[in-house]
Order: sequence, then structure tokens, then C-alpha cells
Amino acid sequence: MSATCARAWLCYHARRTPIIFMNRACSLVSCVHALRLRTLELAVLLLLAPLSMTAADRNPFTGDPKAAKAGEFEFRINCAFCHGLGARGGGRGPDLHAQKRHGSSDTDLFQNISNGIAGTAMPANGTNGQGVGMTDEEIWQIITYLRSIEVKAPSQPIGNAVHGKQLFYGDANCSLCHMVEGKGGRVGPDLTGAGGSRTVEALIKSVRNPSQKLAWGLTEPTKEFAQEYETVTVTMPDGKQIKGVTLNEDNFSLQVMDTNEKIHLLEKDKISSIKKSRESLMPVYDNTLLSDQDLHDIIAYLLSVGSK
Amino acid sequence: MSRANDRLHLHALILILIALNVTARGQVTFERLINAAKEPQNWLTYSGDYAGRRFSPLDQINTPNVHSLVAKWVYQTAATGKFETTPLVVDGILYATGQDDRAFALDARTGRPIWLYQRQLPGDIRPCCGRVNRGLAILGDKVFMATLDAHVIALDAKTGNLIWDTSAVDYKNGYSFTLAPLAVRNFIVVGISGGEYGIRGFIDAYDADTGKRKWRFYTVPGPGEPGHDSWEGESWKIGGAPAWITGVYDPATNQLFWPTGNPSPSNRGEGRAGDNLYSNTLLALDADTGKLNWHFQFTKHDEHDWDATQVPIMIDAGGKHLIAQANRNGFFYVVDRTNGKLLSANAYAKTTWSGGKDAEGRAVANKESSPTPEGRTVCPGALGTTNWMSPSFDSQTGLFYVTAREECDIFSTAPQPYEAGHAYYGSAYFPSDKAEPYWGALRAIDPDSGHVKWEFRHISPSWSGVLSTAGGLLFTGDAEGNFIALDAATGKPVWHFQMGGAVYASPMAFAVDGREYVAIAAGSSLYTFGLP
Repeated sequence: MSATCARAWLCYHARRTPIIFMNRACSLVSCVHALRLRTLELAVLLLLAPLSMTAADRNPFTGDPKAAKAGEFEFRINCAFCHGLGARGGGRGPDLHAQKRHGSSDTDLFQNISNGIAGTAMPANGTNGQGVGMTDEEIWQIITYLRSIEVKAPSQPIGNAVHGKQLFYGDANCSLCHMVEGKGGRVGPDLTGAGGSRTVEALIKSVRNPSQKLAWGLTEPTKEFAQEYETVTVTMPDGKQIKGVTLNEDNFSLQVMDTNEKIHLLEKDKISSIKKSRESLMPVYDNTLLSDQDLHDIIAYLLSVGSK
Repeated sequence: MSRANDRLHLHALILILIALNVTARGQVTFERLINAAKEPQNWLTYSGDYAGRRFSPLDQINTPNVHSLVAKWVYQTAATGKFETTPLVVDGILYATGQDDRAFALDARTGRPIWLYQRQLPGDIRPCCGRVNRGLAILGDKVFMATLDAHVIALDAKTGNLIWDTSAVDYKNGYSFTLAPLAVRNFIVVGISGGEYGIRGFIDAYDADTGKRKWRFYTVPGPGEPGHDSWEGESWKIGGAPAWITGVYDPATNQLFWPTGNPSPSNRGEGRAGDNLYSNTLLALDADTGKLNWHFQFTKHDEHDWDATQVPIMIDAGGKHLIAQANRNGFFYVVDRTNGKLLSANAYAKTTWSGGKDAEGRAVANKESSPTPEGRTVCPGALGTTNWMSPSFDSQTGLFYVTAREECDIFSTAPQPYEAGHAYYGSAYFPSDKAEPYWGALRAIDPDSGHVKWEFRHISPSWSGVLSTAGGLLFTGDAEGNFIALDAATGKPVWHFQMGGAVYASPMAFAVDGREYVAIAAGSSLYTFGLP
């Protein structure tokens, strides 16, 4: 393996683009050849660019009920695993009836389905390693389906966002565990984006019954992400207990944030027991703890932040 | 006999010896493949031997010294996607494949590349489940790869130059190859992938010198052939039954034992009434002709995607010639490989899809497990109790080792019309709200009793296969990136290393210059380990 070859190997660009060289043994010739082809390919791409832009920009099925139906089946097969049946939100993926946090235009949706969303569990089309992926046509059918079930955001605000913010950082104690726009606690999820990606109903449910959606049973596509917010109690050999949320875990080690936000790095063969629970550390906020009106005010605050 | 004649004979003998020596050094002959156990330093086929055991006779790394194991070198493919390869090693050179159909040869002592090959793939291939490849076959001076655009190709083992390139079938209709081919006699055997597209499955053999097809066995019988009446109407034409894992070969009877996958669509039986032969079946084929000698169907009229595409292992014990498979449907089968008769079938994980057995002892699906539009919870889940990751059999412990998954899912139907080249599952699946968290285990099964002797629990299901070695060890990986050595007798973990990427591959072992290495693909890297 020569240095030239190493360069040729690096020339090989990202997957899903036409692979135009290295179709034989690596050599100086193949690298030069490849570079020449790349220039050519670039020229061709530039010529075709306006055409392909249109293809990825416009939904050919807009408003077509037949395409929406086909899209519903595609959605069940490819998306429902995370986003839930009927796109109502699953353990991982948000409800897709409402505003989409990562862009709501047809082009945004097409891009997000095709390429995934960096920094989230949303994988690129065909890369979750389980399904076969979709054709462009099938992606447009799914977008047509999502449009057919879309619900416009209520024009009337659900509550008083200013009062909601006071509650969030004050009497309701939300900020002890949750952060919004960089301010607040760390034991629970950051809620800056929650109002933009979850429906009002989902937000109400997660306050009234926090354990319901505690993510368990994650599968490989989301496995790269830490198993956050799983409640865990670790007992040490001296009897001392650590209660908190799992940041990550493998067969031999465990990373826990306790309720005081201290991170514990633990080796499993040096602890006495690990007890996991499907009960969230978050208390159940029923009507006696938080009135409907106060809850609506807090959600109004989250919606106002999420829509920014 | 005259003296002159004697001398002539002597010269001839010397020439033959020299020729043999040269052959032994440079060429991988069929005889070497049959006698793989005689050269434990090499790993000559996907499963390490024709029996499918994934067992290394090397014992330099063993239970007393395994705690000192260290990483020796790492090779990075610089590609994304699952890296599923099992390398081959021949006389100090390691040959493997990577994502997007690349192949490479490395100095097995250092990991330094000798050549690289990158397949020029069409933009519109749509293989199920990732742009993966599981490895090469080697025969003579060539290595062989089966590609995602459904070609079988031969590369020069010394340069990586393309020698021949044969299209097996049109990839546009959903066909692809992901498996490592198997070299037998002077030909290369492959099985097709594409059970998600309504293909008609087949197993092919190609002449190793020319790439010319020698025979094809269609895994879905055509009109007039036995088994054709196990399909409703025209459903056989899109009946699936792919054959996407490398089978095994019995030199004593010149038979291939090759397993097949799901009928299409995978989770909707409506429209394909009948047993749907030869889906989810173990086939015994005459290696020279591809003619069917016998078959054993694990799951009849499958509606849960119970692909039988797990490497079966030939076991000879007590004068019996057996073949055993830990099946995706949750049962461990032992079959008499002289006639295809089932000897035993025992569950080795939680199963709810079957409530009873037929007269032959085969697990039969119950009505309550049949998927509906609303969905029904069934165990094992959609990915099965195990999948394509290799099991291992260690004749020293007499145990069969397999990576198992404990998961239940909701199976639902999503009726869709067949369209050539488009996904054709007829189904969808979801995690069940009430389901326990998924977990996994490496399980040791006693083939005599069919019972699980011990298990090593994984906190989440693993996609790693298992290697057993004469050093009394098992090697496996996990979804969190650990490579783990265990005591083969007890399942106790004795060493682990965090590789930083999930494992979707099966380990193997080799030796160069008298030093043993264990290798595994993880993330986008190929790791090797040895003694300090």
C-alpha cells in the first residue's frame, strides 16, 4: 500500500453517491483517473442541477388521496416504529401532526427523511439497517400522507406563557430538573424544544403521568444514544445507595447522574446491585399539585419557547 | 524395472514434491479446504471449516493467559454502515470485505494494506438492511465476492485485479448478494438476498476459472416441479425464499446443506396459502448438480419472517451424522443429515408463536399469533431469537453456542400490492408498550438434550456471532462495542475490550509467525488481539 493509494482511498467519497473509481486494484493510475472523472462528473452535475433541484423540491402528489393512502402504508413500515401508528408519536419520535421542529416545508421534510437529522435519533433513509429504505416516490407519498393528517396549531394561546414561566422556575419546581434555554436542572430532559416537537396532549400526559413514556426497549438505530432518564438505584458494597438516571451502560460499566447532578462512573464488578425502574424520578403532577390552568400556562410557556 | 526407469521415477517424484510445495504455498486447493483443520494458522472459509463450526484449533491464547490479551492492530474502512465481514487468512495475508462492496488484503501481522478493491455500484440498488457484505471465498489464486448489484466476481488474490464478473440476475427487481460465497471443488456457491422484495430465491454455482454458471437451484419450485403445489395461484413467482447466509458442505457425501429464508410477503400469509416450499428450509443439494436430495422445512407457511438463514453446523457424534441449527423462530433443531429426518426441536428462548408440534416434531404456528391489521404481540420479535450472526460448536465441550435475543413485538399487516423492485413486506412491526426491555444472551446448548446449559446475559441484544477455540475460550461482541472472551465450559466472562463501535460480525482466529490473533469487525474497524 503506497501513499498514493492511501490518497486514492481517501478520494472515495461518501456513500450513496455514485462510486466512480476504485473498481479495480488501487494504483496511481486509478487515482488520477478518478480525479479526472470527478471533474467530469461535477460538470455533469452542475448542468443537471436545476432539474434535480425541482425533483427534490416539489411534491408530485400534493393533495392526491391515493398517494396519501400509499404513504400511510409506507409510514407504517418505515416510520411508525419510532413515530407511532398514525404518526401520533412513539417512544422516541415526536408526534408529526403538529409543527415539525426541523422544518415544515416539503423540501425540509424530504431532506430530513432522506438524510436524517444530525444530532437526533432520526436516521437517514435506508440506513437504520432494518428496512430496505424508500424510493423518492415513496418519500413523497409519506409527505402527502403527513400533510393529510396535519393539524394546524391552535390560534388561541392555551394559557398565559408569562405566568407559565414564573411557575416553571418557581412554585411548580420544574426547573429543579429541567432546563429551558440553558437555564435549569440536568436530571430530566432539556425542554427547550419540547413545545416545538410534541403536541399539547402529549405534553399534558407526560406531566400528569411521567412514567408512561419512559423510553425502554430501544433498538439498534437509536442505540448510539445514551439510555437517558431511565431510573436506576445502585447499591455499593458499603451499603451506600446512588439514585439517579442512567446516562449510559454496557455489559461491564454504568454511568449514572444522581439527583444532585453528580456523575458516577461505575464498574459493574465493583458494585453490589443495580435496580432499574420503569417509574420515572419525576413526581406525578396531579390536579392537587398542579391545577389544569397552571399546567396550561406552563405548556403555553413551552410552546412559546418551542416556536422560536 | 531398470535403473534408468528408477531414476526417471525419482525425478518425477521430486518434480511432484516441488509442485506440491509450490501449490501448498501459493494456491488454496480444494484439498486444503477439506483439510482446513490441518492448518489451524489459516482461516480458509467463512465459518472456518466446511462443517460450519467456527472453531479454531489454536490454543496459544487460553483460559490461563487470556486476561493479558491486548489489541495488536486496527484497520479502518473509512466507510459507514454495518461492517459484517469475517476475514479469511491464508499464509500471513488477511482477505476481507467491507461496506459498499469493498474488498481488501492486509498483512495479517500488521494490518497494512496490500490491495483494495471498490465495487462500482449502480445508484439505484436497494439492498435490505444495509450495504453490507459478509466476506470472501478463496480458491486457487483468486478470491470471490458476491455483490449488492447481484454479481459474482473473482479477484486476483495477489493484486485485487478483477478476473471475471458475472451477473446472476437483474438487481433492479430487488435481488442482491450479501453473503460470503463458498468454494467447493472447482466452483463457487452463492445464495441470493431479497426476501423483502418478492423475489424468487435461488442458489447458484459458478465455475471458479471462468465465472460461467454451472447450476441453479430455485428455492421456489416452478410449475411441474415437486413442491410447486405448496403455493397458491401465481404467488410462487414472487415467493421469496432467499438463501442469504453461507451454507455448509459435506465432503463425504458431496452434499451442500443450505438454509433458506422467508416467503414473501413476510408477515402476510393471505394470498399464498400452503406450506410455501422451500421457504425457511434446510436443503440438501448434490454439490455437482444442484439437485435436491432432501429438505426439512423449519417453519411452514411463515407469517413472522422466521428466516432459517442461520449457519447450520454438521456434528458427528456417537456414529450419527447430524446437522444442528439454532433457528430464528426460537427452536434448536437437530436433523439426521443422511435423510433429513428431524430428531429433536427444543425452544432455546421465549416463544409464543407456536402452541404445539406436528407428527414430525416440528413447531406449528398457532392461530392467535397470525398478524392482523391492528397487530398482535408475538415472541420472539420481528428480528427473531437469533439472526445471521454465526453460532459455534466446540467438540471439546460438546456445546453449541448461539447469540440469542429476548424481545417481543407487535406484528401487524399492511397490505400492499406487489410492484417489481419495491419493498414488499405486507407488514409492519412495533415495540410493544407492555413489553419488557429487550435483552440478549450468549447461550450454550447441549445438542444431545437440546437444553440450555448456561447463558451469559447481554444488557441489550447483540448482533455478534461466536467463535470457540481449543484454548477453552469463546469470543463474542456486543451492541455497546465490547469484545468479550468467556470460559467455554462455564460462560464466565474472563476478558473484555471496549472497541468504540457496535459489533455486527462474527469473530475468527488465525496465526502468523507462530503468534495467535483473534479478529472481529466493530464500528468501521477491523480489530485484532493477541498476547503481549
